[in-house]
Amino acid sequence: MPGAVDIDPAVPAAEHARSRGWSALADTVLLITGMLIVWQVATLIIGHEVLTSPLETARRLSAIMADPDFPAHSWETGRAFGAALIIALAGGLTIGVALGAHRLSGQVAAPILVALYSIPKITLYPVILLLFGLGISAKIAFGVIHGIIPVIIFTMNGVRNINGVYFRAARAMRLSGMQIASNIIVPAALPEIVSGFRIGFSLTLLGTLIGEMFASQRGIGYMLVKAMETNDVATVMALALFLIVLATAASSVLLVIDRRLHQSVIAQSGDSQ
Amino acid sequence: MMTRPGKVRWALIIAALALLEAACRLGFFSRQTIIAPTAMAAGAWQALGSAEMRGHILITLASVAQSIGLAIVVGFAVGAALYRLPRLRRTLDPFLASYYAVPAFVFYPVFIVLFGLNRWPLVAIGFVFAVTAVIINTLDGLSRVPRGVRRTAAVMKLTPLQHIFFIMLPAAAPWLFTGAKFAVVYSFIGVIAGEFVLSGAGLGHAIAFAYNSFDNATMYGLMLLLFLIVGGINMQLWIWEQRLYARRGGY
Amino acid sequence: MNTPSVQLCLREVTRVFPAVDQQKSLHALGPVDLDLRRGEFFSIVGPSGCGKSTLLDLIAGLARPTAGTITFEGRPVAGEVPDGIGVVFQEDASFPWLSVYDNAAFALRRAGMAEKDIRERVDPTLAVVGLQSFAGAYPAQLSGGMRQRLCIARTLVTRPRLLLLDEPFGALDQQTRLLMGDELLDLWRLTDATVFLITHSLDEAALLSDRIGVMSARPGVFIDLVDTAWPRERDSRIVSDPAFGRVTGRLWEMLRGQSLKALAGG
Repeated sequence: MPGAVDIDPAVPAAEHARSRGWSALADTVLLITGMLIVWQVATLIIGHEVLTSPLETARRLSAIMADPDFPAHSWETGRAFGAALIIALAGGLTIGVALGAHRLSGQVAAPILVALYSIPKITLYPVILLLFGLGISAKIAFGVIHGIIPVIIFTMNGVRNINGVYFRAARAMRLSGMQIASNIIVPAALPEIVSGFRIGFSLTLLGTLIGEMFASQRGIGYMLVKAMETNDVATVMALALFLIVLATAASSVLLVIDRRLHQSVIAQSGDSQ
Repeated sequence: MMTRPGKVRWALIIAALALLEAACRLGFFSRQTIIAPTAMAAGAWQALGSAEMRGHILITLASVAQSIGLAIVVGFAVGAALYRLPRLRRTLDPFLASYYAVPAFVFYPVFIVLFGLNRWPLVAIGFVFAVTAVIINTLDGLSRVPRGVRRTAAVMKLTPLQHIFFIMLPAAAPWLFTGAKFAVVYSFIGVIAGEFVLSGAGLGHAIAFAYNSFDNATMYGLMLLLFLIVGGINMQLWIWEQRLYARRGGY
Repeated sequence: MNTPSVQLCLREVTRVFPAVDQQKSLHALGPVDLDLRRGEFFSIVGPSGCGKSTLLDLIAGLARPTAGTITFEGRPVAGEVPDGIGVVFQEDASFPWLSVYDNAAFALRRAGMAEKDIRERVDPTLAVVGLQSFAGAYPAQLSGGMRQRLCIARTLVTRPRLLLLDEPFGALDQQTRLLMGDELLDLWRLTDATVFLITHSLDEAALLSDRIGVMSARPGVFIDLVDTAWPRERDSRIVSDPAFGRVTGRLWEMLRGQSLKALAGG
């Protein structure tokens, strides 16, 4: 809301920037501490057989990670996820650009994509299994179908929203189709594309894990489902914590990229007073 | 009166279905893998005729509805609160984005102990899936109220309540509606995924049961029904959205 | 200092934006001194970035000055919007979810006025800005210029005693600007409001105003106050008056150096 009260004296720039960086870090630490406290209180209320305490969860996680089998499980999940991610991002980007650039295709595809996004894909799992059989390709397929759709949708929207003026300028410069795609379309739609990547990353990971939960004898998803079946709450929570930390770290990196891109786009189109 | 994209779309869908039908009938796919669309339709029809199946469907819809309601109410409230607390919002951002990486239904056992062996753990899973999308969209909508609109409202000296109901809500309405749409989608996903994994009732359970019994006709029939239900609801939401916001110029 | 005919009084008003993120602190405006007489038509011209819009925010009570005092109708203004002020902003502030008529009627409805009275005020005001046949349309269906006219109408129906306008005709073409200027003069005479107009057009300032304040490059201070001495009953045809050329000449003489400075400094 307008009307800020600013009677404080001016602060030299460098000092202020540094303090801002520190304060953001301090805020995050504060938030995490707050969450840990809430977690501990919840454990005390609900009972530690149902909800393991933070300390116990951390202990269990380090035990799991020290286990000689863990690297194999991580690698199993990692390679399936990696493959799925590359396919989802690259495929999603290509399809999204094509649908965004060709107006009719985009219009035809949009409701279909939305419909596909809305289906609980877990119910497609039997179909995937039947089509790909048991094994890593089923997991990759599952990861891909989860992650590719948001990437397509976001990319498509980003491309569709590109200011028409850019294309007119490109035609005036007599650029070829490929040049337009790589020099105009992708950079102009980049903020939206990165937003799509952020969501695609999380969902691809989710899909890969779910795939592992149902038809694999290895991987973190398999460890999860085994712990669920034996009611080993501590392990479930330890693995969930592991995934949360991993996904948050990756998401933070992508968020920084996202922000930088959005800032440069805004700075470019901003007006002076 | 169909638009050109609409016609192309229907043509594509019909062609794809026809192709699948032909491929199945001609034996390109084993009947253990996938069955012809007409057989799927037959399976769906049969399922609708069964009182037991109808019961499963209704119980799923009931849980989904509860999840939607909770997600919207809580999501709007938290989104509005975060809008007023920018520092908290900035710090929370990376966590919000990573929210969907963890399959929330791993916490299903925790919810069962918390709520008992009833439908509430499933509603909780749906809620947990849906609420974040509502929060994110609420935040988005509130932040996108144009600067000129907010400054004009400031000059008009409105009371806080007037400001919320006559300025912020109408201005953010398209995004709030999008949040509601996500609440619908994710509630379905959460509840049915939960039913699929560990439940004795509901559409997700019925599909899993059919799969485990090698009953492909029922399985595909139920999946088709699910697709039609979710698709139908989303289409209706889309139609409402068009009507409400067409005159705003898509904004 | 505080004679009854002085409606708005600014003394040493300064605005400094404190350092935030990567930016240094910014001395945007001031110190500014100004006395606005009741019923006066006053314009500000100045190079871009000199703080004109900041000054408008301060007068409207949308921001608080870092130093100095602002007094409107005898009462101090500090970060709170006083009664009797209307503002038309540079950016589009039309409410996209309401029709043109509902937009214009908005403030009156919130104040609890009866529908009949609202209609009596809104209809003629929409006619004045040329939107009477669009009363049922929505802003998305209007051009940028028409939306701006809607914002002007919306402010006018509240009968403000001090009307602040920040480049209200920026989106319009030259001919429409001249006509809208005439309409603004009509309304000004009709309502006896005081008008405070920010414009980048020297011609517009020269032809519409009783007095023009020329602002320096940032941080903006008044480097000249030009009296036009136009008769109250004036319209755009005074552009053919030789005095008009003298006024615009004087404005540019003061402004040219400042504009070059602003262009270089950014």
